[in-house]
Amino acid sequence: MNEKKPKANQKSGLPADSGWRELPHVPVSLAVMGSIGKTGEWRIFRPEISGEKCNRCGICYLYCPEGTLVFKSGTGPEINLTYCKGCGICAAECPRKAISMKPETAGRNNG
Amino acid sequence: MDEMIEERADQTLILTGNEAAAWAARRAKVHVVTAFPITPQTTVMETIAQFVDAGKMNSQFIRMESEHSVMAGMVGASMTGARTFTATSGQGLLYMAELVHWAAGARLPVVTTIASRGIAPPWNIWVDYSDVLSMRDTGWMIQFASTHQEIFDSVIINYKVAENPEVMLPAFVAYGGFTQSHTSKPVALPAQGRIDEFLPPPPRKGWPHLHLDPDRPIVHGNIMMPHQEYMEFRFKIHETMERAKSVIQEAIREFKVDFGRDYQGLIEPYFTEDAEYLLITIGALAEQAKDAVDNLRKRGVRAGLVKLRYYRPFPTEDLAALLEAVNLKAVAVADRSIAYGSPTGGHISSDFYSVLRQTRQEITYLPVVWGLGGRDVTVEEQVGLFEDLREFHEGGRVGGRNKLICGTLWVGLR
Repeated sequence: MNEKKPKANQKSGLPADSGWRELPHVPVSLAVMGSIGKTGEWRIFRPEISGEKCNRCGICYLYCPEGTLVFKSGTGPEINLTYCKGCGICAAECPRKAISMKPETAGRNNG
Repeated sequence: MDEMIEERADQTLILTGNEAAAWAARRAKVHVVTAFPITPQTTVMETIAQFVDAGKMNSQFIRMESEHSVMAGMVGASMTGARTFTATSGQGLLYMAELVHWAAGARLPVVTTIASRGIAPPWNIWVDYSDVLSMRDTGWMIQFASTHQEIFDSVIINYKVAENPEVMLPAFVAYGGFTQSHTSKPVALPAQGRIDEFLPPPPRKGWPHLHLDPDRPIVHGNIMMPHQEYMEFRFKIHETMERAKSVIQEAIREFKVDFGRDYQGLIEPYFTEDAEYLLITIGALAEQAKDAVDNLRKRGVRAGLVKLRYYRPFPTEDLAALLEAVNLKAVAVADRSIAYGSPTGGHISSDFYSVLRQTRQEITYLPVVWGLGGRDVTVEEQVGLFEDLREFHEGGRVGGRNKLICGTLWVGLR
């Protein structure tokens, strides 16, 4: 089954000598980080958190559709820019307007 | 006490076609039923609601806000490994369409009965298979049940086929609105224990290919790019349809051994061995056509009939073998549905053309459309069709009975 070899579905498919016979009935991905690729590559606007305004309420963490906001004990929120698509939902929902969306520049770093 | 009788004793009850479908869901011990009313299916869901309310059926009965949600509910429930059942008709089936594709694409063994009816506008609630046949290319198996008993038996058999790990495709069991759904006939209901042996419950750990389990999260339905395996997954459904044919035949054989009723296969031939003139048709009109064949045989006409039971997968090999084995002069294929702008005007008659071509047999062929929107087709008209078929074979034209338009015979068209 696919679950035993999750790599088969995560990249561009099967080894060259495989065909439809080796496929399961349906494609299934395990819940692993980045199962549909590095979505951070889609980003046009980058969220930036103002440490002064943020009171660490966690609203952004709850709203982020990709789970890219990370709270660690004593620190955060931090944004995992490898997967942040730049949708801006966190900025729109932040009650203290502590998150602003900044245009990405040519030399951006996806982390 | 009732439970003990039901567990151990066969019963024969007078049931409507819809009640037979509901009893089949009960005997199949389905786990989840999602419901939305639509004529002429509604009494299937009402009967199941009564069963559940009376504690006779241990199922989750969920009232949905639309047919789209009904099939979404089937998809979600089936992904957890539940055995799922619903019923619909006409416009309701059309509203479901997106999720009908989803159930097949996710390879979920949902079984759904269709009390077939005409499609609006203008409104029509009487038998016409244009509803279920509009689902032709969804990846569902499509079977027609021509008697009340066949409705009950077909639901049971199709669960066995659909849940076969090699198949894992959903199935429609279609029968005529009102002519079958609301008329009453005796239906033999095998004891629950015997059904359980034929149709064991689904695997406790869910379907092997797709199982939603909160403890083992998975993602299903991700996007597939053109260079990935989208095309292969589509091909696999087509290929599975081909392989499902032998699974269906095996299930029918097993059903015959266990319960004594023989549905023969994807097609049911009737007086075909020495036939010169053959009619191929579906549903209750196929059952009625046996009377027409008997009538013609008494007059020395070598008439024969094929009741087409499965439309998807299409019984290509069975029909081709029959065409090659029998010394036929002419074949008519009669659709109780309309496929606007298709080569023949009907669904099955177009598919049959392709089988006929594959066999390279020189047989006169007459596509037929009849009985749309519940218009009656009598035994006499069916006998008349055989007369038309003979005249068409001998002279390339038909008498005044029916209209031959662009190569298709329209029975009863005014």
